[in-house]
Amino acid sequence: MAERSATRAWRKPVIALLVAFLVFSPPFLSAYWVGLLTQVVILGILAMSLDLLIGYTGLPSLGHAGFFGVAAYGVGVLSTTYHAGVWTSIAGGFLAGTLVAALFGLIVSHVRDVYFLMITMALGMVLWGLSFRWIPVTGGDNGISGIPRLEGLIGLPASGPVPFYYVALLVFAACALLMALLVRSPFGLTLQGMREHEPRMRSLGFNTWLHGYLSYVGAGAFASIAGIMWAYYNGFVSPTYLDLTASSELFLMVTLGGPATLVGPVIGAGAIVILKNVMSAYTARWLLILGIVYIVTILWAPQGLWNLGQRRRA
Amino acid sequence: MARRQPEVVVREAAGTRQVIYLVTQTLNGLFSAALLFLIASGLTLAFGVMRIVNIAHGSFYMLGVYVAYTVAARTSSLLAGTLLAVLVVAAVGFLMQRLFLRRFAAQPLAQMMMTMGFALFFRDAALMIWGGDPFTLTTPRWLAGSMEAGAVVFPWYRLFVILVAGLVGAGLWIINDRTLIGARVRATVDDPEIAAAMGINVARLSGGVFAVGAALAAFGGVMGGPILGGYPGMDFDLLPLAFVVVIVGGMGSLKGALIGAIVVGMIDNFGKALVPELSYFTLFAPMVLMLALRPTGLYGRA
Repeated sequence: MAERSATRAWRKPVIALLVAFLVFSPPFLSAYWVGLLTQVVILGILAMSLDLLIGYTGLPSLGHAGFFGVAAYGVGVLSTTYHAGVWTSIAGGFLAGTLVAALFGLIVSHVRDVYFLMITMALGMVLWGLSFRWIPVTGGDNGISGIPRLEGLIGLPASGPVPFYYVALLVFAACALLMALLVRSPFGLTLQGMREHEPRMRSLGFNTWLHGYLSYVGAGAFASIAGIMWAYYNGFVSPTYLDLTASSELFLMVTLGGPATLVGPVIGAGAIVILKNVMSAYTARWLLILGIVYIVTILWAPQGLWNLGQRRRA
Repeated sequence: MARRQPEVVVREAAGTRQVIYLVTQTLNGLFSAALLFLIASGLTLAFGVMRIVNIAHGSFYMLGVYVAYTVAARTSSLLAGTLLAVLVVAAVGFLMQRLFLRRFAAQPLAQMMMTMGFALFFRDAALMIWGGDPFTLTTPRWLAGSMEAGAVVFPWYRLFVILVAGLVGAGLWIINDRTLIGARVRATVDDPEIAAAMGINVARLSGGVFAVGAALAAFGGVMGGPILGGYPGMDFDLLPLAFVVVIVGGMGSLKGALIGAIVVGMIDNFGKALVPELSYFTLFAPMVLMLALRPTGLYGRA
């Protein structure tokens, strides 16, 4: 145990540094870097939500970008086509993403492991296909543009990258807190028990189907929040938000950062966002690099950056 | 009475048209099923033996078409293109399994992520090497034109593909059911640990099966090449279809892949023809139904 806590000792200072950086640095950064940080915190919410499934419940979802995308489309459609108010758009986006998760959950919640993986991937492709083909509503390949800026709508005195960043950071902090409480709650501990040995949990009397289902829907709800923020951040939505590449990038964020840590996936999101943007200044071969990062991660850091130096879990 | 006559004629013509339509769409569905079977049989075999969800399987399909296209353009021989495509992709699959996947035996998630890395890598590498212009392979001259049976017109090439897939399926079945190698494969599908304990070299068998699976995907790509062609994104377009076939049929089962391919090919084809906007839904409906009734698929084992 002593050895274990020694290897973990670096974690707290790193978290403190990261939090301080996220809170205090933006006023001193250029608009470009504030934009990147905004992407990091929004995708951080998304990566943490997937961590609930992959890391804590042991359900490897390969279609998680779908709920993120549905919520973003909800905001896009409501705020442009129907000129709905900001709170209506946000509520609509949240409900759309969460309800789709609740529906898909009924299909996926009684399968596990590789079956779960293949089915979530296929369902993710259904959503992508819908965004691509249901042109009257989604605008097809062109997507939907002209989503109004969030800052003025919710009554902020100032507008621009920095105020938006702090809104995103606030949402991020709230989501992170909720998820951290969730995984430490009896509910979260049950999920982790299922990850380790589901039949045992079932024989102890836990309704593992319901726990798996609620975990899936909850992860979908947090992904929807990220999707809403993403729609307002970009001002447009397009099918690339929910394609297989998006879901696999997301999967990599969680794995690269370290599953079942919540902090790790945020670091993974940061690493991917910054790598992607820095690399795209030099080369158009982002997917090639992403593929290599994937392979290298599995070869040399299969437990993720945040778990470096720890014993592998069997 | 005289006035009514033309109406009856029209109605009869409409009836015949419907029959022709039905026959043509069924043949088209069988063509899709033939391609799907070629591709999904490789996926299901690799899964059965290695318990691996191969995200890069669509990439093998894509690489097959692209290699065949390049070779056929240089040598103007479609046969050489086909052979080389199958061999090259089999070699890629073999090396991938030997050098990367084998280290992660019994770690399905790590293996899946490894194949995902390769899928992204191949996708971008293909774009880099071959550019983004779509193309189709040329139809062999002796298969050009269409068969005409009464009012039904159907291209010879599509019939040829159905026939070839049938032959490949029969060949796979004979190997799987009637040879020693097949017995080893079946034993490993049933229980890799016991199979290894009985003296079967599971590692070598896995490499071979993975290479054959990759070759089958490439072959499927080449066979579909004159009609579906090659284009960026074709790998991820195909992958969910192959997954649905395997899920419906049951992972690890050749018979399941055949039945699954026919079900998915037919539904996809009629779905696209009748309700094009909902084509994705019509495709995934059988999968959802199957999962609700039998999570392991038609012929799969838990």
